Amino acid sequence: MTAKIITVTSGKGGVGKTTATANIAVALAQMGQRVVCLDADIGLRNLDVVLGLENRIVYDLVDVVEGRCRLKQAMIRDKRFDELHLIPAAQTRDKNAVSPSDMMKLGDELREEADWVIIDSPAGIERGFRNAIAPADEILVVTNPDVSAVRDADRIIGLIEAEQKEPAKLIINRMHPEMVQRGDMLDAEDVLELLAIKLIGIVPEDEHVIVSTNVGKPVVLEEKSMAGQAFRNISRRLMGDEVPLLNLEFKDDFLTKLSRIFK
Amino acid sequence: MDQKVKFPIKGFREGLLVSMGEGNWQNLADELFAQIDGNLEFFKGAKIAINVDERKLKAAEIIKLRDKLADRDVTLFALLSKSAATDAVAETLGLSTRKSDLKSGGSEIPRALHGGESALLIRKTLRSGTSVKFAGDVIVDGDVNPGAEIIASGSIYIWGVLRGTAHAGIDGSGKEIIAALEIESSNLRIANIDYHEPKIKVRIKKKAEKVFIDGENLKIVDWDQHKRLE
Repeated sequence: MTAKIITVTSGKGGVGKTTATANIAVALAQMGQRVVCLDADIGLRNLDVVLGLENRIVYDLVDVVEGRCRLKQAMIRDKRFDELHLIPAAQTRDKNAVSPSDMMKLGDELREEADWVIIDSPAGIERGFRNAIAPADEILVVTNPDVSAVRDADRIIGLIEAEQKEPAKLIINRMHPEMVQRGDMLDAEDVLELLAIKLIGIVPEDEHVIVSTNVGKPVVLEEKSMAGQAFRNISRRLMGDEVPLLNLEFKDDFLTKLSRIFK
Repeated sequence: MDQKVKFPIKGFREGLLVSMGEGNWQNLADELFAQIDGNLEFFKGAKIAINVDERKLKAAEIIKLRDKLADRDVTLFALLSKSAATDAVAETLGLSTRKSDLKSGGSEIPRALHGGESALLIRKTLRSGTSVKFAGDVIVDGDVNPGAEIIASGSIYIWGVLRGTAHAGIDGSGKEIIAALEIESSNLRIANIDYHEPKIKVRIKKKAEKVFIDGENLKIVDWDQHKRLE
């Protein structure tokens, strides 16, 4: 079987692309899949930190593209999963060091090495974004439930449509159920009505995420974390499982809590 | 050595403008790449605009051109054409299509607006960053999202929600209208009159609406409450 290449992108920065990439990759690895993460954010690399692998970097993406090392040499094996690898971005170069056809060539080579290739895209709509989506079979757009992130997501979705790729799927990240209930935040329905693409997951705001980023241990490894659960569900959906959405689970949760109180 | 320049290349403030001539597109593109390959030093890091004139290009052709240029470290930032279809494709790919973008100043009124009477039917949602300019009426089968704009010399009819910018009757009589199933935007203009009232989003009512010039101001009413001005 050859790998499926998934690119995680957003338009706006800081909405959680790298967190989503790391967590989806780790969740797939937890399910026994062979996964390669590729950090396409050249010059602003982060994925190595989130995965806790920054001390193991020898070669990077640009070294592979420019032929200074073999592909396998740049694939850093994860500490926890033997079948999870990272190809880090170069920190001292910029996005122009790599072209969309370089990325397609690299993607094709990686197809033989894994079941999944997950690409972390840089923010923006320029060269770096085009590099990241060039080899993608499927694109996940991450947004937050706020007006500016949604507008950037809309722009990105339009660009993906123009490239005649498969329609992108949406991850709504950092949802505050309480704020939505108070009417202080866009709810999933508002976001979906505007963006009109398929939803693949809603990830609640969760303090575990910040802690896990700082210690380089993705939140899917925390059994109790709601965000971790949401990312595990997204990964199962990628595998083709039917998993109910977490926002419904919230309502269930709320109701079960309520019924417990009134017992 | 006979370094014959196949394409006129002019320097602009923002970069280079290449005018593609007539002939088979693939051949022309190959010649352009050959010309760049023969002078990589000069083109390295350049931003170029390509003038394709009357030629109609498909998205795939523009993408291929852009990516092949990117391989040579050349950025395609604008595509100039006389075809509204090619303009629309280039716009959705995030390329500039206005000649005025290449110069300081220049005409504010888009070239496409000097054509004849006709209507443009767009069968998709206009997403953020898309700009449609047309001489005539524009009909959209889809939404117009925030950050998208329609500028038309005629009326604008949106079979969906208007959340972006709509400017009708750019050089018209003032009898043009903007109509949508739902208007959630206040970036509205007909002829040279802007909409001033803040539009409060009322979600309960789902009724088609339209905007027209009422005396000195723009007014939004339900579709069936105001007869089309003759």
